[in-house]
Amino acid sequence: MKKISKKEVEHIVHLARLTLDKGELEKVTVQLDTILSYVEKLDELETSDVEPTTHVFSVCNAFRDDVVSKSLPREKALVNAPRQDGESFHVPKII
Amino acid sequence: MDLYELTIHQALEKMEQGEISSVELTRNCLDRIEKIDSKLNAFVTVDREGALLQAAEADRKRSRGEGGLLCGIPLSIKDLLSTKDLRTTCGSKILEDFVPVFDATVIQKIKNEGGVILGKVAMDEFAMGSTSETCFSGVPHNPYKRGYVAGGSSGGSAASVAAMECLGSLGSDTGGSIRQPASLCGVVGIKPTYGRVSRFGLVAFASSLDQVGPIAGNIDDTARLLKCISGYDKNDSTSVKQPVPDFSGFIGKSIKGLKVGIPREYFGEGVDPEIAAIVENGINILREGGAEIRDVSLPHTEYCVAVYYIIAPSEASSNLARYDGALYGYRDNKSETLLEMYKNSRSAGFGDEVKRRILIGTYALSSGYYDAYYKKASQVRTLILEDYKNVFDECDVILSPVTPLPAWKMGENKDDPLSVYLSDIMTISANLAGIPGMSVPGGFTRKGLPVGIQLQANHFMEEKLFQTGSYLEREVDLNRPELAL
Repeated sequence: MKKISKKEVEHIVHLARLTLDKGELEKVTVQLDTILSYVEKLDELETSDVEPTTHVFSVCNAFRDDVVSKSLPREKALVNAPRQDGESFHVPKII
Repeated sequence: MDLYELTIHQALEKMEQGEISSVELTRNCLDRIEKIDSKLNAFVTVDREGALLQAAEADRKRSRGEGGLLCGIPLSIKDLLSTKDLRTTCGSKILEDFVPVFDATVIQKIKNEGGVILGKVAMDEFAMGSTSETCFSGVPHNPYKRGYVAGGSSGGSAASVAAMECLGSLGSDTGGSIRQPASLCGVVGIKPTYGRVSRFGLVAFASSLDQVGPIAGNIDDTARLLKCISGYDKNDSTSVKQPVPDFSGFIGKSIKGLKVGIPREYFGEGVDPEIAAIVENGINILREGGAEIRDVSLPHTEYCVAVYYIIAPSEASSNLARYDGALYGYRDNKSETLLEMYKNSRSAGFGDEVKRRILIGTYALSSGYYDAYYKKASQVRTLILEDYKNVFDECDVILSPVTPLPAWKMGENKDDPLSVYLSDIMTISANLAGIPGMSVPGGFTRKGLPVGIQLQANHFMEEKLFQTGSYLEREVDLNRPELAL
């Protein structure tokens, strides 16, 4: 059985904020299907009682003191912006 | 003998004795880069002027008796560590013109110790790959055979060290990206324990797996570099408050009674017979040196690739959401709406492999699939950790091949991502478990391609890697062929 359809891939492409042309979509659907079929291997293992690991060492609440410190000056923060006016980032109109 | 042939240790001694200066050494490396890098493609950006200024400063500091642990040593840096005022591309078109405004913590530490940064080296785009072939600016060759891959993702780091363009390098390892290219290029590479080294300023790929580490021509230099970059950093809440040992102190320490585990799952079919023989030779050398060799089992090894290729793309899809064309990086200027701008900028800026992984991750994390994929993989990750726990109850180190195959020809497996993913089978479990791993040269194939031996140790036991690795380095007869440059 197919793990993933072309329609599902189209939806994922949108969620990931990407675009693919028709040829790319065909190819990626096959590749994702192969990969997802392979990872199905994990279903061989019974894991209902196993705690998931997200981080190897659980660092709990890495708080720091609430002290004011230097931050990046505005002109530096803007230096790599594709478009800016010296005060803010420019993007296409939203509203 | 040319100065670029010196080890870090030798170069420091010669500078200390006033026989050479850092400016002479740095210029020698830069000239070598100019001469050979058009054939090697290790460098993305060479900072000749900046490097010579840093070298002159290092010479001044040394003359005042202020030099640090790396005073005047020329290094290359993988192009995903943020370097202030020096372009950092991550091997991607989307960051082609990106010039960071701050240094990564490890870069700051290297600079504090007087290290000289020659430039930035090639890598797979966003560190996603095992060959460095997805680097937008050109593919590094294997220094022992042109037309063969240098490995990846830190292919430029390993190639630049092996080709003696620099005396050492920093790379990063998410699923083998330091150990695998080190093995394929015949140099030493170490992935430290997760949390040993700060990730602040390391461009994020998979945050629970990424770790910065050194690549150098020998064990002693690797130990020195690791000492310089290790330690807790308040800017990385996952870095761990652990004292940093003097790793060099474990070099040459006796291996009598050292318990070395050989995981039977790493020696199945699919392992190249020449690699198996080279690793077997390493085992025999340790046995003759007084180590206790034990047959051990890591039963969940066969599930590691599946776990990794859910967890790493999931974390990547989240981390790479920041490249949207708004604040920095490539922007498609023809887009009229914000959504179009996101989609068009990302589609034109990312390469195929990065897009593929973003899509796998987006799917695995999407509504209705989270439990089946990410949660399931994280549960199996726990079983992999337990495997290691059991083995380290009775062993000091685990010895195995680094890869099933030696370096292969560029362009192979291009349309078959899964077969490339499967070649990572021996390295990714260390990232999933957060343990340290090292690749140390073990020999060369009949074709003259390098083969490394992998050593793994328990959390924060890098010293065992240096102890065992240095014994192998001393006793293995490498018969190193000439570089093909």
